[in-house]
Amino acid sequence: MTVLGSAKAMTLCERMRRVAAIAATHADAVDTAARFPREAVDAMRHERLLGCQIPVELGGDGASVAEISELCAILGQACAAAAMVFAMHQIKVSSLVSHGEEDDWHRGFMVRVAAEQLLLASATTEGGIGGNLRNSICAIEVDGDTCRLQKDATVISYGTEADAILITSRAHPQAASSDQVMTVFLKDQYTLERTHVWDTLGMRGTCSDGFLFKGEAPAKQILPRPFAEIAAQSMLAHSHILWSAVWYGIAADAFAKAQAFVRAAARRSPDQAPPGALRVAEASALLQGVKASIVAAIEKYDAARLDEDKLSAMSFAVAMNNLKIASSQTILSIINHCMLICGILAYKNGTPYSLGRHLRDAHSAQLMISNDRILGNTSTMLLVHKQDTSLYG
Amino acid sequence: MPIIEDVRQIIASHGKLPVDVATLADDADLYAAGLSSFASVQLMLALEERFDIEFPETMLNRKTFSSIGAISSAVAELAPDEQVA
Ligand SMILES: Cc1cc2nc3c(=O)[nH]c(=O)nc-3n(C[C@H](O)[C@H](O)[C@H](O)COP(=O)(O)OP(=O)(O)OC[C@H]3O[C@@H](n4cnc5c(N)ncnc54)[C@H](O)[C@@H]3O)c2cc1C
Repeated sequence: MTVLGSAKAMTLCERMRRVAAIAATHADAVDTAARFPREAVDAMRHERLLGCQIPVELGGDGASVAEISELCAILGQACAAAAMVFAMHQIKVSSLVSHGEEDDWHRGFMVRVAAEQLLLASATTEGGIGGNLRNSICAIEVDGDTCRLQKDATVISYGTEADAILITSRAHPQAASSDQVMTVFLKDQYTLERTHVWDTLGMRGTCSDGFLFKGEAPAKQILPRPFAEIAAQSMLAHSHILWSAVWYGIAADAFAKAQAFVRAAARRSPDQAPPGALRVAEASALLQGVKASIVAAIEKYDAARLDEDKLSAMSFAVAMNNLKIASSQTILSIINHCMLICGILAYKNGTPYSLGRHLRDAHSAQLMISNDRILGNTSTMLLVHKQDTSLYG
Repeated sequence: MPIIEDVRQIIASHGKLPVDVATLADDADLYAAGLSSFASVQLMLALEERFDIEFPETMLNRKTFSSIGAISSAVAELAPDEQVA
């Protein structure tokens, strides 16, 4: 069950609301210049939110998935790029929290993330592999106590701003492409040579340039569990839930603008239902659907986490994939409705009802691990997995 | 034929492994040997057809398909009339 009524959750949300207030004032500038949302990330550090997921005994707040999702949704309503940076960082932290607690180096690293408010980036996407994150071409080479890795990482969000990168590769040079590990490299343990520039339609502030990554680090920084396990047991769920929470935030902000637009019209002529009123009702139903799917996925994840078998079951993977497909598609319908409601004032930049940035940012959702790829995986699983047709369960 | 021999044969034709199945021990990690999630589903379908069984939801996970031995015991559980070894 989600417990957002607790004092801890309320202070987390208050801290994120202060970050969101700052992020909102810079969101258009970040988008226009395709620059890193520095003010927002500085504010996250100031509010000590980068370590919020880390267990209390290691210096964090021990925030739950539900709480972090709420934080993503709050920030998503202010600046989607800053919210996606926060979400991606938290997805990396989840790998450490879920799979690194038993290991001395990774425990120590979590203490540092919380104490020094380190920002973590992710490098799973690879040239020649695309978004098929369960395969790698590059291989890590372990030589005594040292490991070395070179990767053609075509997308690393905020790569140059990060304090560490968690990067996937084959487990050794003879390993099969699906036999992967994930390794933490600290900023002074790698070089990045820019190969692609992130000049995109939306999500411009994530600064997801491509790089040739070359790193050398102590081999103990390789996460102790196979990446297959990390992907199935924590990354899949965290990614789809936290991304969806950010996307929900974008749609919720668009909805709030459309509703304000219609309410203003209604106040001007109270005897007449404004033309956009029905559309607001329609968008409200769609938004509720997205919200309900996210909450249901969080509850499913919380329940499955108590049982490793449930976490690696197909039904769980299908449910998480379905969340991603549904939320990434539905937010586009919602924002489009809102655009029709507000008309030209939504289409124009610089009005209180502008929705161009929302719509452009939202279009990234279907590509962030291509929906076709995800549908392909789900369709394979549905050849053997029989969908549960009960309402609960 | 004992289940394990059938399982080995089905892995050889549907597992799409980059290595020869004959070189793998019964307890060797099939994922480390290159079994993809897609191939594991094809494997499941072929096993269901061969043994006339249906894998229940509780067995549709990585563990069940982690080794030749694990697959064989799952099949043995679902097809009690088959010859185990
Ligand atoms: C805002 C944002 C931030 C990102 N940040 C990061 C990051 O920090 N680190 C990182 O590693 N990655 C990051 N990514 C990359 C992302 O996660 C995907 O890996 C990437 O978008 C996939 O790129 P692609 O579409 O070129 O590749 P592919 O996945 O190869 O897809 C290309 C096209 O081919 C089709 N296709 C390919 N294979 C299949 C298949 N098997 N079935 C069906 N269709 C298929 C798809 O329809 C798709 O249109 C980010 C992406 C976005 C949008």
